[in-house]
Amino acid sequence: MADKILKKLNIKVWRQNNAADKGRFETYTIDNISGGSSFLEMLDILNNKLILEDKDPIAFDHDCREGICGTCSLFINGRAHGPDEDITTCQLHMRKFKEGETITIEPWRAASFPVIKDLVVDRTAFEKILQAGGFISVRTGGVPDANSIPIPYEDVEESMDAASCIGCGACVAACKNSSAMLFVAAKVSHLGKLPQGRVEAKQRARSMVSKMDELGFGGCTNTRACEVECPKNISITHIARLNREYLTARLSE
Amino acid sequence: MSSFLSASIGKKFIMSVSGLFLVLFLAVHLVVNLLLIFDDSGELYNVAANFMSTNPLIRTIEPVLGLGFLVHILWSFILEYNNWKARPVKYNKKNKSATSSWASRNMLVLGGIILVFLVIHIINFYWIIRFNPHEMNSITIGGEHMEDSYTLVADLFKHSLVYNIFYILSAILLGFHLSHGFWSAFHTLGWNNENWMNRLQIIGKVYAVIIAVGFSVIPLYFFIKF
Amino acid sequence: MSILDSKIPQGPLAEKWSRHKTAIKVVSPANKRKLEIIVVGTGLGGASAAASLAELGYNVKAFCYQDSPRRAHSIAAQGGINAAKNYQNDNDSVYRLFIDTIKGGDYRSREGNVYRLAEVSNNIIDQCVAQGVPFGREYGGLLANRSFGGALVSRTFYARGQTGQQLLLGAYHALNRQIAAGSIEMYTRHEMLDVVIIDGKARGIITRDLVSGKIKRFGAHAVVVASGGYGNVFFLSTNAMGSNGSAAWQCYKKGAWFSNPCFVQIHPTCIPVHGDQQSKLTLMSESLRNDGRVWVPKDKAVAEKLRKGEIGPGDISEEERDFYLERRYPSYGNLVPRDVASRAAKERCDAGYGVNAEGKAVYLDFKYSIERLGKNVIEARYGNLFQMYEKITDVDPYKEPMMIYPAIHYSMGGTWVDYNLMTTIPGLYSIGEANFSDHGANRLGASALMQGLADGYFVLPYTIGDYLASEIMVPKTDTKAPEFEAAEKAVTQRIEKLFNIKGTKPVDYFYKKLGQIMWDYVGMSRNAEGLTKAIKLIKEVREEFWKDVKITGEPNNLNPELEKAGRVADFFDIGELMARDALDRNESCGGHFRDESVTDDGEAKRDDENFTYVSCWEWKGEGLEPALHKEELVFENVKLTQRSYK
Repeated sequence: MADKILKKLNIKVWRQNNAADKGRFETYTIDNISGGSSFLEMLDILNNKLILEDKDPIAFDHDCREGICGTCSLFINGRAHGPDEDITTCQLHMRKFKEGETITIEPWRAASFPVIKDLVVDRTAFEKILQAGGFISVRTGGVPDANSIPIPYEDVEESMDAASCIGCGACVAACKNSSAMLFVAAKVSHLGKLPQGRVEAKQRARSMVSKMDELGFGGCTNTRACEVECPKNISITHIARLNREYLTARLSE
Repeated sequence: MSSFLSASIGKKFIMSVSGLFLVLFLAVHLVVNLLLIFDDSGELYNVAANFMSTNPLIRTIEPVLGLGFLVHILWSFILEYNNWKARPVKYNKKNKSATSSWASRNMLVLGGIILVFLVIHIINFYWIIRFNPHEMNSITIGGEHMEDSYTLVADLFKHSLVYNIFYILSAILLGFHLSHGFWSAFHTLGWNNENWMNRLQIIGKVYAVIIAVGFSVIPLYFFIKF
Repeated sequence: MSILDSKIPQGPLAEKWSRHKTAIKVVSPANKRKLEIIVVGTGLGGASAAASLAELGYNVKAFCYQDSPRRAHSIAAQGGINAAKNYQNDNDSVYRLFIDTIKGGDYRSREGNVYRLAEVSNNIIDQCVAQGVPFGREYGGLLANRSFGGALVSRTFYARGQTGQQLLLGAYHALNRQIAAGSIEMYTRHEMLDVVIIDGKARGIITRDLVSGKIKRFGAHAVVVASGGYGNVFFLSTNAMGSNGSAAWQCYKKGAWFSNPCFVQIHPTCIPVHGDQQSKLTLMSESLRNDGRVWVPKDKAVAEKLRKGEIGPGDISEEERDFYLERRYPSYGNLVPRDVASRAAKERCDAGYGVNAEGKAVYLDFKYSIERLGKNVIEARYGNLFQMYEKITDVDPYKEPMMIYPAIHYSMGGTWVDYNLMTTIPGLYSIGEANFSDHGANRLGASALMQGLADGYFVLPYTIGDYLASEIMVPKTDTKAPEFEAAEKAVTQRIEKLFNIKGTKPVDYFYKKLGQIMWDYVGMSRNAEGLTKAIKLIKEVREEFWKDVKITGEPNNLNPELEKAGRVADFFDIGELMARDALDRNESCGGHFRDESVTDDGEAKRDDENFTYVSCWEWKGEGLEPALHKEELVFENVKLTQRSYK
């Protein structure tokens, strides 16, 4: 029952002081990490060690540490959110690693996600995409009773599947093209599967895709890496829906 | 409309439509080619080849086919360039095989090799049959005078091991290309959902195997039999 | 004591809010365009308020420390949101929701506020559905409900186990729409470090741009603080790592009174602490107690063997198991409220019956439900929670019982506000978990989301007009004013001071120490001796912190260690005030349990005669004892009774 202790690990991590800095890898060693510790707890321990050595701790994004806020964003040993399925980085535990292993940690890499410092990237591009149309234009008040429009069970379930996106950016990080299609598709599906969201569905697909292109994300080549790395297991069939929405919107112009 | 063609999904739309058109072409091409091995006299094949090169409808579609190839190839480069630009700093350590199939990641490489094959293929057959740089044997079947394409093709397959290997290799790579490209085209056109995902993938794989095996069988047949 | 006018309107309970709405002032559209409002925090309260205010025509500036407003910790709420829709035809009503909430809060909240909350709860559901929140539905297409603790009706709306996420996304979409329209300026990765008061009114804030380290000034006609709770004072809690009490604390230091700081909620079903490397605790939804049975061994020697890992739970026979909740509370059993379940678990572990290596865990066993209902049913109900548990602990809860232990979850206390949600500083508002208002001494499940959205969508947008109507002639705030100058200087000096300590220990060293003191003496059960000791110990650690903390990196760059240092520095002060408040309140009520105030059979004993008040603390200056004021709670509609779950 007791967790095994990893006596020694090598942590090879990307260090970059700010956006302008060129950046480089540095390797640190760390001792006695419990297999029951989370990956981020391991980084906490490493950071406290660095502070005592008069070094700048490694900056990384994290907040809720329970897999829902979407802040944490590390590319670990070649995979977005590291070597486990259906999790965020904060849910990755050290028992997934071997004694003496060298663990490579990199920031999300994409032209649209510039590095701010070390492992922290700027995901404002996601904000801009959603601001372009990722909403239903209702104001507070003056809305009908919640039960006035029945919605088929299956539709709500599918909408919820898509709505579970946490906006972490793993899809972009994992995609060989740094494409944001799964992210955009999830929002288009979430709102488009509900009658409330149908009203603006075409306009939404159009403006979000055009914003996505403008921000320099790559195109989708259906490699499916995004859905494998998505912590919420969002299917690329939502991308098919986005394509459908977009094409019908554009071709009916 | 111009903004549609420059949008990422617009470009993908063009790839899909041209790709599906080429998928259709491959089917026709394979059917005609298989006639090579069902009639050793070459009559069936020659009639079909003659039909293909003289039928006015086919003749009209021919430039469209050329355009299909051209568009599919050009757009693939444009897309790949855009995609490459989207990640200026690459990862140091990658574990791509954990998340995606090899074919899906290497469509450009596969397409590139197929393109090389295509050029050689055109020089070897199409160019000769279509534009007659040197006189071909002619033959009369059912009273109609036509070029003996069968002999041209059969001779090459019978005598060149290197060409056969290259031909078979290309057919297999084409199969890989299709194993991803087939369902992917439908997906990009929006024709996919949870139910169709598996169906399309299976149909795509079956089709890819048929094309790869179908085209490979022909040189093997000639090389082994003769 | 005019400052403590709670402004609860006169008249019958059910008419208070509507009467108040007609009585308060309204700002014309032309004047709204001239007015600026700052909203700090973008959780359910902040995002919904910012969006609604911007829709009305105000110029809004919104701030969050996260990289996106969507990441505020409201997102982590699992279970659901209450509303008195009565869709189940089970005789629910606004009045019943009001009664349940006020009773659940152990009669330490205001009747008027709580009734209003229940009243607007229905509008919230309508609003969320219109925004595209995919609430769970039945096959007929209408909304589904689930039951939650503390209620006899089924009134909780939910979106799988991600209700908080979906509600926040709804508010976030509304926020985004206004950002796109240009009516909200959004500042992400900005942390509020001070509030600026000019002529006694809140006029702006000082922030630190967390990326560049720049200290910036922002002016406005009103400031809304929606910065959440202070549960992280305990170091280990279910709060997000960045959740902090600093924004509220700066308001307190500038004159906003702070109420009921000792009321914090301890959630009974969290994954226990493992070893000493843990950074945060993970909640397992309360709903698990519907089908799980809580137990520890009857025999201490057996528990000892469990702790050493010599035997497993499967080796313990039925007769050797002590289902202590069912034993102590036969009528409610495993479904007693959060505070009762938490204390019972602690009692067993303290008595030496804990089951993990640390001796700080009890079993939550699904074996019996799996036998009764089948694995499929359990999987359909709790599949994602079980998966989450297994990812964290590497134990399969289908085969072995879960280990759980209570953890700090929510803070009912907060900045004092009147019926208009205004603090004791004119123009400064506090909404959501940041204020003290609606949950009394204990919050019911699925009520936090309700309160955050009620404040942001349907209360503040009305009440803020009452204040701003008299500000329409006031020009835009000049951020060059000496008050801004002074506030910025103080902020800069504090950062410099922290950096210049150049001590020998990282922030976490002190933070963990504080957390341990809080948990040991200001945790689930408290007594005068322990609390007095806690105040002394906190002072010592604080002193040590200010002498010996070590912060590396640069002040003018992204520096998470510096951010943490500032927050922890405030946590010392908040922790001390909590202990002080707990010491003053010599009664057991809700989440606050005093060893001195128990019934003969060891249950919590409320003292209505002496403690039917809201404690309001006033800052008197650095190093000085704060002053306690009391807002007496008046109950005109409900009768105060002792809670019993036997």
